[in-house]
Amino acid sequence: MSTLKSETKDSKPVMTDLKGQTLITLQTLKEDNPASLATYEKLGGYEQLKRLVTNKVKAVEVINQVKLSGLRGRGGAGFPTGLKWSFMPRYYDGTKYLVCNTDEGEPGTFKDRDIIRYNPHQLIEGMAIAAYTLGAGVGYNYIHGEIWREYEIFEAALAEARAAGYIGQNLFGTHFNFELYAVHGYGAYICGEETALIESIEGKKGQPRFKPPFPASYGVFGKPTNVNNTESFASIPWILQHGGQAFADLGVAGSGGSKLFSVSGHVEKPGNYEVNMGMPFTELLAMAGGIWKGRQLKAVIPGGPSTAVMPASAILDATMDYNGLSKAGSSLGAGSLIVMDETTCMVKTLKRLSYFFYEESCGQCTPCREGTGWVYRVIKRITEGNGKMEDLDLLTDVSNNISGRTICALGDAAATPVLSFIKHFRPEFEYYIQHGKSMVDGQ
Amino acid sequence: MLKIEIDGKPVEVDHGTTIIDAADKLGVAIPRFCYHKKLSVAANCRMCLVEVEKFGKPLPACATPVAEGMKIFTRSKAAVQAQQSVMEFLLINHPLDCPICDQGGECDLQDVAVGYGASGSRYTEEKRVVFNKNIGPLISTDMTRCIQCTRCVRFLKEVGGMQELGMVGRGEHAEITAYVDQSVNSELSGNIIDLCPVGALTNKPFRYSARSWELVRRPSIAPHDSMGSHIEVHVKDDKVMRVLPREKESINECWLSDRDRYSYEGLNSPDRLKVPMIKHHGEWQETDWKTALEYAAGQIKDITTEHGSDALGALVSPNSTMEEGYLIKELVHGLGCGNVDYRLRQTDFRLDGKRVGTPWMGCNIDEIEKLDRILLIGSNIRNEHPLLAQRFRKAVDNGAELSIISPLDNNPLMDIAHKIIVTPNDIVNVLAQILKAMSKLQKLSLCLPPQLSELLEQIHVRPNTEAMAESLVGLGETVNLIAPKVGIFLGNMALSAPRFTEMYSLAEAIGGVSGAKGGILPAAANSTGMHLLGVMPASTGMHARAMLEVPRKAYLLLNIEPELDCQHAALARSAMEKADCVVALTAYKSKALDHATVLLPIAPFTETSGTFMSMEGRIQSFKAVVKPLGECRPAWKVLRVLANTLGLQGFDFESSEEVKLKIFDGEKPSDFARSRLNNNMKELVEIETKIKSPGLQRVGEVPQYEADPIVRRSEPLRKTKYNIKRLVRLHPDEMRAYDLVEGDMVLVTQDKGSTVLPVRPDAHVAPGCVRVAAAHEDTLGLGDLMGDISIEKITQEQADVFKSKQMEAQN
Repeated sequence: MSTLKSETKDSKPVMTDLKGQTLITLQTLKEDNPASLATYEKLGGYEQLKRLVTNKVKAVEVINQVKLSGLRGRGGAGFPTGLKWSFMPRYYDGTKYLVCNTDEGEPGTFKDRDIIRYNPHQLIEGMAIAAYTLGAGVGYNYIHGEIWREYEIFEAALAEARAAGYIGQNLFGTHFNFELYAVHGYGAYICGEETALIESIEGKKGQPRFKPPFPASYGVFGKPTNVNNTESFASIPWILQHGGQAFADLGVAGSGGSKLFSVSGHVEKPGNYEVNMGMPFTELLAMAGGIWKGRQLKAVIPGGPSTAVMPASAILDATMDYNGLSKAGSSLGAGSLIVMDETTCMVKTLKRLSYFFYEESCGQCTPCREGTGWVYRVIKRITEGNGKMEDLDLLTDVSNNISGRTICALGDAAATPVLSFIKHFRPEFEYYIQHGKSMVDGQ
Repeated sequence: MLKIEIDGKPVEVDHGTTIIDAADKLGVAIPRFCYHKKLSVAANCRMCLVEVEKFGKPLPACATPVAEGMKIFTRSKAAVQAQQSVMEFLLINHPLDCPICDQGGECDLQDVAVGYGASGSRYTEEKRVVFNKNIGPLISTDMTRCIQCTRCVRFLKEVGGMQELGMVGRGEHAEITAYVDQSVNSELSGNIIDLCPVGALTNKPFRYSARSWELVRRPSIAPHDSMGSHIEVHVKDDKVMRVLPREKESINECWLSDRDRYSYEGLNSPDRLKVPMIKHHGEWQETDWKTALEYAAGQIKDITTEHGSDALGALVSPNSTMEEGYLIKELVHGLGCGNVDYRLRQTDFRLDGKRVGTPWMGCNIDEIEKLDRILLIGSNIRNEHPLLAQRFRKAVDNGAELSIISPLDNNPLMDIAHKIIVTPNDIVNVLAQILKAMSKLQKLSLCLPPQLSELLEQIHVRPNTEAMAESLVGLGETVNLIAPKVGIFLGNMALSAPRFTEMYSLAEAIGGVSGAKGGILPAAANSTGMHLLGVMPASTGMHARAMLEVPRKAYLLLNIEPELDCQHAALARSAMEKADCVVALTAYKSKALDHATVLLPIAPFTETSGTFMSMEGRIQSFKAVVKPLGECRPAWKVLRVLANTLGLQGFDFESSEEVKLKIFDGEKPSDFARSRLNNNMKELVEIETKIKSPGLQRVGEVPQYEADPIVRRSEPLRKTKYNIKRLVRLHPDEMRAYDLVEGDMVLVTQDKGSTVLPVRPDAHVAPGCVRVAAAHEDTLGLGDLMGDISIEKITQEQADVFKSKQMEAQN
């Protein structure tokens, strides 16, 4: 394993233009050597943990601050974090577990890896605070199998934190114990689903469990477990330092705080942008340098492929927050914007996206296992010039039959792009079927 | 109780009930594939989606617990649309090969498709193809038909105790497979055929031999172990085509062991005896019944007249029915002879007359899973009672602590809390240690009879035995049980051990100290019934062993192959050779019966009616499911006519039911059993705890697929991994002590008989023991299943010489 030092030496932040950003989870970006413990401590790192533990601050007070902050799950579902924490059984005879979901595997998502790369200690502190609050003795950070360097950085940061006495036994001279481990996954998208992730931690094949029971009552090794996203955990120290209200005030109603947006696709400056919730899309697009090559915006997938695609007309007036995007006909998801210019063929794009879900379906339950393959094959057939007009209704129908009928949300995620692409770009599909070639690129 | 409504019908159910269970209770049919009441809930097929008021999306009925006031709609537009959509998904990749699929006609997918499927498919893309897997001789696979319900996976893991199948690959590429190059070896494997809702797993021996609608289904009772499992025999054109379990929750639930499922193949074996035969000048000649019976009766009469009635010995299979047992006993007694016995694999008869009643299991089969502490003595439970092992597994899953004392460290596929692996003789000492430790822990030493107390004084309790005793009194790692439910059971190896008396007496005493239930786990279908009827030597008679040790002039054999079914193969063989007359009532013209004088073809259990009494004292009658083959006759009829021919009175039964009536003599069968089953001892017997056994001891269990004449003729079972070549297995330490390496040939000698076999190290065998399985041609020269044995390393040349001599002797 490489050491943190050698890792951070050359790890100059990718984004130097931090203007207009509200850096919370990536606050170390302003510093040299951002991933090191020293840098984090200089910014007041681990002080909140120390304060809570040594002052024996009551769990309910911590949870109240998190509730007040309006922090919602940053992994994509947007479930209020404070509320989720309150589901953990307070009294339990045995070990409770904490799990961080860094299994970031959807196309266009790349925010959590940057938190680990540039600010791993804030994540560790956030987890330790959660562990203290929820009485969890053991934590795991499940890191996506396709990212190696981040895994190594996190292991190195863990070693630092352990040596400095921020994780381990009898922390700060109290009876508070918290052991935190990194788990490197194998790259399956499905393991981002929390119960599949739990199965994977247990050493089993990553397949979602039927819920209920939820992880709060039956999680890792059948024990009460709280699962949060990396960005959610990394927001916690800031919330406790500045108060829940201060975090909430950064955003807008229903969407507290700042949020990392991963902007990719046809923009001049793709990358992560941590900005306040409620920022108008146009402003965010401008930060990312606007549409590349002076072209026109055609469509945006605002929260990763599992969220509905939005045509330019719908997204241009939208604000980047839960309610704003929901009103505009999509959702915030994990905040992974895939920006498409006018040269994009939506039929071919959908083929690629449906291939992803077809390939990543775990195969456990019928509608997703059979349906994703069906959908992909029909779209593929259309792109090969063998489409039929009734295929479009078939695709809609099959997608509707997958959606809401599966064990986990992958079924819904697979159906959403199909339904939204056909809804917003139906003429393009019809053209492809009629002419056997794309309306956009003529091929 | 929760009040809910399903399709408008109100029903009250317990907390925690799922929608599907509530609907089943109400008789509302919800289609399902992955759900099975005996397996964990997977909720993966999605066929059971139903609409629930106030829920935006359909919910799986199998995994959704009901809540107060829940209104469930199984036939609403939304529910049916969801079910139909799942059906469509299931069918898109399922081959349309029903006409050539063995499952056709009894296929869940086919049935449900009639109700929920469309007449045509909207799917026009390529269909998925999955390669078949070879998972052994019993189960045939057509994996393209699989719908990934994982019932088979869950069964093998949860009921079978070992996950031998799993789903590998993702999405559409997900497929059920075994470990690389491995077959499914569970002795309960056949159940996954019944569980498979499609034709992916079908019955290999039965394959393509009949369609399900051509088969007549007739109830019967499984005849190979003493559980009394309920079976359904499927018959076509008077031939048994296959055997399936018949649901009986308190016995076999909905399962069946492979032995009971596939043994029927032995019924159609080419060496079935179809006509009576008499040996004339050393040549077998076919004859008619009258001649055969008169000849047999004449021979028996001549010998008993000349040498006294004591010159006759009757050996009876414990797999024969109560009616047959009763008649042969009456026949032998009628001749003034007391030599009749069914305990062919027992050497120690010191308990005869010392027990209050008939020994039995001491509890009901379905009580096992409720036990907290279990002690198994001398039992390879998966080999002896494959399906019963599953009940023990359930107990362990429920938190019971299992302790094992045995000469073999076999894996029972469940967690063992404590085990002590010692020679059969040392089991006695271990039991005495446990008794001593327990009486101390229970502060009961004063209550023990002085005889026992005195004996225990010399016993030194070792730490591992102490730990086992602590477990049995209820002390646990985290929680101590104040009044644990304890079960103590003696298995086949204990039953055939020369120190069975000591083991039984001490087990009884331990049971007394701990308030345990339990008893013996008799090997055969009707062992308990035979004991109850007294198919045992009269006061002046000889027991099975004595009849062979002091050879009789004439033998009457019922349903046995002496050298394979008796404890002492060599002794049985020589006794038959020396006898002047052997009358064998048998279903097979067996090599083992070459020395017989008359062969009378009798009907196996499928061709006759009768009654078995199971290990739990359940008396179960069955009828013939097919007509007797050829000239075969039910054994009860043969015995009746033989008795008549011998001029005996009181054998005028017209049916097996009449014999049964006579046996129970007006008493209700269950009362009859109840008043007679009792494991208690009338008096203490002399117990020796320090048994000197300087040499090696044989552990000679009978492999499960060699247990009786029918099952040892089942070709599919012979092809399984359980049918291993006979080897001498030794603990690696003993291998070193005897300077042996794997593959060396050893001369194995027991009494005066010997044989030559290759040797293999086996850490699962207790030091001081030699494991040589019995009931096989290769071990016919050997003696007792459990007894002294010696081994000697020989060269390959010596081995070849020995074998050629053996061949000569046989010819």
